Amino acid sequence: MNHAAAVRAAVADTHRREWARVLAATVRVARDLDLAEECVQEAYASALRSWAEAGIPANPAAWLTATAKRRAVDAIRREATARSRLPLLVITADAPDESAGDEPPDPDDPGGAIPDERLRLIFTCCHPALAQEAQMALTLRLVCGVPAPDIARAFLVSDATMAARITRAKKKIATARIPYRVPRTAELPERLGGVLAVIYLLFTTGHTAMSGAALVRAQLVDRAMHLARMLRELIPDDTEVAGLYALLLVTDARRPARTDSDGQLVRLADQDRSRWDLAALAEAHDIIVGCLRAAAPGRYALQAAIASLYAEAPCYEQTDWPQIVALYDRLLQVWPSPVVALNRAVPLAMVRGPAAALADVERLERDARLSRYHYLPAIKAELLSRLGRDADAAAAYRQAFDLAANEAERAFLAGQIHAHTFPR
Amino acid sequence: MAEYAILIYAHDSAHAPDATPEDLEQCDQHADELTDSGTMVAAYALTPRDMATSIRGDAITDGPFVESKEVVAGFYVIEAPDLDAALAIARRDPAVASGGGVEVRPVHSSFVRSAAEAAG
Repeated sequence: MNHAAAVRAAVADTHRREWARVLAATVRVARDLDLAEECVQEAYASALRSWAEAGIPANPAAWLTATAKRRAVDAIRREATARSRLPLLVITADAPDESAGDEPPDPDDPGGAIPDERLRLIFTCCHPALAQEAQMALTLRLVCGVPAPDIARAFLVSDATMAARITRAKKKIATARIPYRVPRTAELPERLGGVLAVIYLLFTTGHTAMSGAALVRAQLVDRAMHLARMLRELIPDDTEVAGLYALLLVTDARRPARTDSDGQLVRLADQDRSRWDLAALAEAHDIIVGCLRAAAPGRYALQAAIASLYAEAPCYEQTDWPQIVALYDRLLQVWPSPVVALNRAVPLAMVRGPAAALADVERLERDARLSRYHYLPAIKAELLSRLGRDADAAAAYRQAFDLAANEAERAFLAGQIHAHTFPR
Repeated sequence: MAEYAILIYAHDSAHAPDATPEDLEQCDQHADELTDSGTMVAAYALTPRDMATSIRGDAITDGPFVESKEVVAGFYVIEAPDLDAALAIARRDPAVASGGGVEVRPVHSSFVRSAAEAAG
């Protein structure tokens, strides 16, 4: 690799791995998200020139941070251009260690006793006063450094719409004075839940492949995994943080087998398990065991455990169904959602037979929250099929088809309607 | 420090013209807490929805501007260092726990005649 290519690779690598660290440190100095973003972009651009001449520095992140911060300080001093008239960010000492005051982080010990700057950035981007889609866009832009046009493509909106969404969010942070800090201990569980929800939503948005945007959506999955990993590094002792990471690992490990060579959806029961990422599944397993030993495993840890049990079985038929039902019972206690109750019907059918599970599903049909949820009629149809009630199954598959939006899923459901309509 | 307006949404205002101290007990208690906390800048309790009159274009109509389950029952302005602090104050409003809610919005600018003049 020649020098120019090596420099480009080094910059790209640092961009992928250290963007959050550099931006978060710069926000502290700039006290303005737009200014910080600009300075960091410029620093990365100047790295391409400077590293080509003077060589790649030993600590690229430190070089970029110093450069970006210097630019921010200069910009504030100059006040040359009419910068944003928005108020400056409210930056205060982090709550847990209030005695530490407003000290700047030690560059040689960035993750030391003082909470990592990246945590402030993440919690601010995921503040509940921002709309969830704004939280997602802001996190991708500021924490992951994804260019706004790429975010627009991932969410199937125009560049202008996404740019406006991000601008509106930054304006609200400044004007409503959303504080730039790690939440107080009392608020932490709820706020952390919000962060986990954003990461999970980014993952599931990317994971559900849609025709025409497959590559972009795969990048979303990568960004979500990167965020989950980063959060685990920043908050190593939380079982829900670990649980989310394990859940993403397990779900993504199955991605290679999820669609066949024609892009058609393959059900879990029919997937070629040899195509699963066994290393990822093993890593997840160890984390999950740790989570389940903890005092009160939360919804992500339990979901991860369920997914992992499905993955551990040598084949679908030999899945540990009773254990999965037991885990769903625990999940329902911490997360009494009708969707969870519905998903429980699948393993329940394997333990108590399709008739018992069907009774549960029919009860759930009366829950208004599930009225537009296509998985309900789909699961109902599956159970009816197992009971030999083909005409009823076809009708339920039809209901599911009408509600489903994903092309691959609709194709699958259409096949099922056909199979149950015409005598076998 | 910044100022935030807290708008109270409830099925209806408790402050009817003929309201008794018992009717207003919960509101008065909350008002006292706010005054004692030192964060309150101004507060106005509005009369119930039947007393409202709305104007849209040329038309004057009886009742609240938007026909909905809730009306603005009152509003107050507080001082707080950031949104989290303002939200912590706002969520203690009795309306939040009794089926209504609050809206919190940063104040841009304000004018209040002095209390002595306002009392008339």
